[in-house]
Amino acid sequence: MSSIWAQLEPLLAQVTKPARYIGCEDGMVAPRHDPSDVSWLLTYPDTYEIGLPNQGLQIIYELLNEREDAVAERAYLPWVDLLPLLRRHGLPLFSVDTHRPANEFDLLAFNLSAELVYTNVLECIDLAGIPLHAAARRPGDALVIAGGHCTYNPEPLADFVDAVVLGDGEEVIAEITDVVGEWKRANKPDRLGIWRALAGIDGVYVPALYQASYDGPRLRSFEPIDAAAPERIEKRTIADLGQWPYPRRQLVPLTEVVHDRLNVEVFRGCTRGCRFCQAGMITRPVRERPAEQVRTMVEDGLRRTGYDEVALTSLSTADFSGIEEVIGSTMNFGCGDVSVSLPSLRVDAFTVKIAAQIQKARRTGLTFAPEAGSWRMRQVINKLITEEDLYSAVDSAFSQGWRRIKLYFLTGLPTETDEDTLGILELARRSAELGRAHTNGATVSASVGGFVPKPFTPFQWFGQNTVAELQRKIALLRDGSKRDRGVQLKWHDPKATLAEGLASRGDRRMGAVIEHVWRNGGIFQEWSEYFDLRRWEDAMAANGLNIDDFAYRHRTESELLPWDHLSAGLHKDFLWQDWRDALAEVGLPDCRWTPCYDCGACTGYGIEHVVASAVPPAGGSQGTGQDLARGGEVPVVLGARR
Amino acid sequence: MNAPRPPRFFYRIRYAKLGKVRFTSHRDTARIWERALRRAELPVARSEGFNPHPKLSFGLALPTGAESIGEYLDVELTESLDEGTLPARLDPCLPVGFHVQGAAEVEPGSQSLQQAVVRCTWRTLVRGVGRSDLAERLDAVLGAEELVVTRERKGQPVTDDVRPTICSLELLDDDHTGFVAELAPQPRGLRPDELVALLGDGVFLDRVCRLHQWINADGASVEPLALDLQPTPARALETSAP
Repeated sequence: MSSIWAQLEPLLAQVTKPARYIGCEDGMVAPRHDPSDVSWLLTYPDTYEIGLPNQGLQIIYELLNEREDAVAERAYLPWVDLLPLLRRHGLPLFSVDTHRPANEFDLLAFNLSAELVYTNVLECIDLAGIPLHAAARRPGDALVIAGGHCTYNPEPLADFVDAVVLGDGEEVIAEITDVVGEWKRANKPDRLGIWRALAGIDGVYVPALYQASYDGPRLRSFEPIDAAAPERIEKRTIADLGQWPYPRRQLVPLTEVVHDRLNVEVFRGCTRGCRFCQAGMITRPVRERPAEQVRTMVEDGLRRTGYDEVALTSLSTADFSGIEEVIGSTMNFGCGDVSVSLPSLRVDAFTVKIAAQIQKARRTGLTFAPEAGSWRMRQVINKLITEEDLYSAVDSAFSQGWRRIKLYFLTGLPTETDEDTLGILELARRSAELGRAHTNGATVSASVGGFVPKPFTPFQWFGQNTVAELQRKIALLRDGSKRDRGVQLKWHDPKATLAEGLASRGDRRMGAVIEHVWRNGGIFQEWSEYFDLRRWEDAMAANGLNIDDFAYRHRTESELLPWDHLSAGLHKDFLWQDWRDALAEVGLPDCRWTPCYDCGACTGYGIEHVVASAVPPAGGSQGTGQDLARGGEVPVVLGARR
Repeated sequence: MNAPRPPRFFYRIRYAKLGKVRFTSHRDTARIWERALRRAELPVARSEGFNPHPKLSFGLALPTGAESIGEYLDVELTESLDEGTLPARLDPCLPVGFHVQGAAEVEPGSQSLQQAVVRCTWRTLVRGVGRSDLAERLDAVLGAEELVVTRERKGQPVTDDVRPTICSLELLDDDHTGFVAELAPQPRGLRPDELVALLGDGVFLDRVCRLHQWINADGASVEPLALDLQPTPARALETSAP
């Protein structure tokens, strides 16, 4: 019997939204722990509402619990009202499944989806009663590991994690379970032994087995200091998504969460080649799920969960070869009361036709992401959407009854001029004009985020814009949009953009900074009400580090980058060439439908794209900027305009 | 345009909400029911318009954290069905802790549960005081001419005399420290935790469970759904479900 429920229960009357701590979701496993089982606590270092829908975590939760010799439970960081109560009553981080203390698990495994949660990771480790630094942990303490997109530069967390996993988790978690099981059967003799064993698994990186040296702001050297540590750690990639129809039993929370609907992943990876997009670079190649399997997962999932909404998820769902077929069958399911959502819309009229097909009622808002305001700028970032694409999409949307269009943009991109920045307003303004031709109530909102360069993208060498420069650009947009009827401008706080930048491309020295921010109360940093840049500035100064060096400085071609010992398959010279091409304003087509340019993601691992259609879908320029041989009218039946 | 209105069938469902799930809110509970009815593939009628929603109507909101063995839900179906089959169809579609006690077809146009309920019976367990002390404090509340509480409503402080909403308070006659309260929801309802606060310093609400909701029928107090109920296991009232 190891549950803190009896002590936790009286505290729940004192906190907001107590339902996020009870578990009880449909799909919950609540496993029985056998002492010989390898036990995982899958931890999302943010609130339950944000973390519960995470598909990666749910896939791993199911796969582990399917094993005879493993159990997995889930934990989320309690909100700011429960945290001090737990501390006061001496209660640890706990699983929501059986309310088991975190340090009774063999592994505390984090999902890292965003850099600003790093201080939350420290809060979770500390609340678990586990020594913060990997080097200080005793053999019996849980192993702290991490996976997810941020692990492509895990160096800022290197002091705090025992191991990091790169790439798709489906296969590697089984290998980790085997290795930890063996260590456990040997009564967990020492941590060095398990570190070495973990380092022997493809895709697993053990930071303690490497040493860095520095030359001012730069990394001078980075080397293995143990024979068990490989020179380079390659990411893991599952070749065929069709072999992994997970989650089979998506968790249905009892309280409201983000993305509160059935989510079915239709493909993984994206080869559009947008140069700012880390997700698109590190998840290559494209692996589509067979349309038939998507259909089965949608129908079984709706029947089992009782949801009336399903999202077809991927990085660009309109690119899915079977999109019309799948949507058609879903719409016919369950007496037609099911709604389908596509979280990532491509910018063209074809996409709007699909949106019209699935959104018969309540056409309120539609979102597009042109990302930059001028064609020049979009060539630099390789988001090759023409103005014609955008305006035809917008016109089509308003003509079919949508009243509000949301446009996403980035500012602070490489080579960006004020003309490019102001182009954002021009696109928004003309979109609003197009809308007013259809409806008086047409509004267009332009949401502008500050660009943060990410590892394993062609922009990894770019020094990001300063806070002052981003503020100046936002002021420029704000002034320019004042007299625009029907254009609403929204922007992200440039200060948070800086903190994200420090965490994204920092080296191991950033660990002390993150610890300093955490020790000074800086948790939930992605929540604006709890973010204060001064904590980060103080932490940098306290550790003798300069913000210019880490965030604003352009990196050089010969420079050793903090993540050079890791690999997402992409050749560094491919990324460098793509960076040169960006500066030369040269676009690069999507390799799904054009010859391979050998980025390394397929060839290096002996895998290939899995795409059902050998030709790009018809309609618009498909974001490739090319005049694709048009396939005539797109065969989509339009819903009647209301 | 006046198509004949399709036939509709109205059912009232009585259910219990016990254990961990008592921490779900009224809104959460509504969503849980919407999903459960879809999972059970019941022919629930939907409203017209751009954003059709299932035609359900809930009784008085149960405070987050409170348990109940007397919750109600009215649901409108497009087909008639055997009301006796509803508990067995719905229970497997609900989270552990929700339990359908019974269901019956009701007359169309019945008064909504929110308006019809005149009193609720609450079993309330407290900490911090002994039995005799609690008895005195309950007497003090019952003896008061008026009980003015200040609460926030729509961001504004509002004062109400809540004494008229307290119909009866009786000390528990088992070995628990607590009482059974009958409270009226109109004009301004008093929540059990607010009632416990009126008992003075040092008394804390431990556990509360709604036992009954009452409506008036021809001058008599009756439950909205008269059922020959399966007795709820006493264990569920004492401790949370494991």
